Amino acid sequence: MSQATTDILLLAIGVVALLTALSFFGEVLRARQPEGRTSTVVETFVMRVHTWWAMVLLLALALIVGFPGVLLLFAFASFAALREFMTYTHKRRADHLSLAAAFFVVLPLQYVFLWTGDEGLFGTFVPVYAFLLLPMLSAFRGDTRSFLVRVAETQWGLMIAVFCLSHLPALMVLDIPGFENRTALLIVFFVMVVQAGDLLAFYFGLRLGRTRIAPDLSPRTWEGTICGLASAALVGAALAWITPFGVFPAMVMASVASATGMAGSLVFTAIKRERGVSDWSHLIPGQGGFLDQLDSAIFAAPIFFHLTGTIWAV
Amino acid sequence: MAKTAPGTPSLLRRLAARAAGHAIVLFARFVTAVRADWRGSEPVPRQRIYYANHVSNGDMPMIWSVLPPAIRRTVRPVAAADYWLQTPLRAFIGPEVFRCVLIDRRPEHRTADPVETMVAALDEGASLILFPEGNRNMTEDPLLPFRSGLYHLAKARPDVDLVPTWVANLNEIMPKGEVIPLPLICTVTFGASVHLEPGEDRAAFLDRAARALVALAPDRRLPPGEAA
Repeated sequence: MSQATTDILLLAIGVVALLTALSFFGEVLRARQPEGRTSTVVETFVMRVHTWWAMVLLLALALIVGFPGVLLLFAFASFAALREFMTYTHKRRADHLSLAAAFFVVLPLQYVFLWTGDEGLFGTFVPVYAFLLLPMLSAFRGDTRSFLVRVAETQWGLMIAVFCLSHLPALMVLDIPGFENRTALLIVFFVMVVQAGDLLAFYFGLRLGRTRIAPDLSPRTWEGTICGLASAALVGAALAWITPFGVFPAMVMASVASATGMAGSLVFTAIKRERGVSDWSHLIPGQGGFLDQLDSAIFAAPIFFHLTGTIWAV
Repeated sequence: MAKTAPGTPSLLRRLAARAAGHAIVLFARFVTAVRADWRGSEPVPRQRIYYANHVSNGDMPMIWSVLPPAIRRTVRPVAAADYWLQTPLRAFIGPEVFRCVLIDRRPEHRTADPVETMVAALDEGASLILFPEGNRNMTEDPLLPFRSGLYHLAKARPDVDLVPTWVANLNEIMPKGEVIPLPLICTVTFGASVHLEPGEDRAAFLDRAARALVALAPDRRLPPGEAA
């Protein structure tokens, strides 16, 4: 058995054990509720654990299939995220073609460039070419009402749901000496530290939270956030063996990923608040939509990718 | 044999119609993640007329797709004969897949009174999907003035529930004249049922029914300035 397979197997056993423990813990919390009562916090926790089971199974399946499987999974996640985002943007009939191009041309091409290993186009296609071409398609139709708002929001959606999110599977194409065939583990590391940071920030926020970061916007507190970041760093240290980082750099990388993720999540809260929605959709039972689930990963992925690429890859 | 239903097609055609129906539901779910929001009505097999806003040819398949399968089998959309009989493919999808109650919008071509045709379908036990605006709404207003058909049906069969059904976003997903549907989230909201009240005249009833429908439209807060 190769080193990579052993690592993945060990990790899978660890993750399944952890999720089983969390599921058990959730049921204990439920059982401790008085007869006939339910607590929203406990139900949220149980729902989250259920979603993690689904995420772990999907990611594991994709990793078994290999790079094409991972690409397919994230292309679908991009599609679902873009669909939720574009539902709430300004658009008029004149944008129909450019929006169709965003969904059916730009999104697939971004993942095709990743597949073919065309790094130049992967990095420039959405921020340069789509940025220039899509407004042209809208302008040809001649409708100028809220034009700049329309094209800017379309571009923002593409950057978020396609460009940023595609940096997560892109971790697999990094060329890290001594870490060949194991780059998929970086995705696992990233997802686990970001999720752990989010959950523990939520938990410590409930327990110790006093000072709100953005009082008008979100219940997030400095106390919860700092504890969440520290927990992410600890999880990062515990998982350092699956990364090329080493223990201390793994802690730093985990906190950076977690911090950008939490701040990104706050940005999404601001957008949702402006548009008057509480969740992006109802596709994930009890937890809103794909964007609600992916918001922190979306903001953290490009930074994590570039840091890893600059420091460790050749 | 029911007089408003199409003649019994062969087993093979009926199987093909079932398969096409499933394909339409899957396609609608994949593209728009369409979802039913039962707000005031429950998805129970009562005889109903689901009356809805109409902005796109995709409206009717969306409502049809979100209904639970057992209810879907009893529901027949009311649709324009001049549209659904135009090509052999449409003549298969409209009458056989959706089992549309076809009426002619052009009075000069009519062989039957549309209200009588719809009442006959109700008397056979079917529920209906009806677009009381008559045409697709191309204006900025939420609804066009209702035609009188809904009133005549409410008067002729007062026991049937009239369920307001708001289809959100279809004007952006599939506007008139476009061929590629945009994948945006579509929600179909079903409100509390409306009945004709004793002594209520046509204008008052249609006005009340229209307001019950518009009340279901999502309150989409767009930033100040121009709403797109």
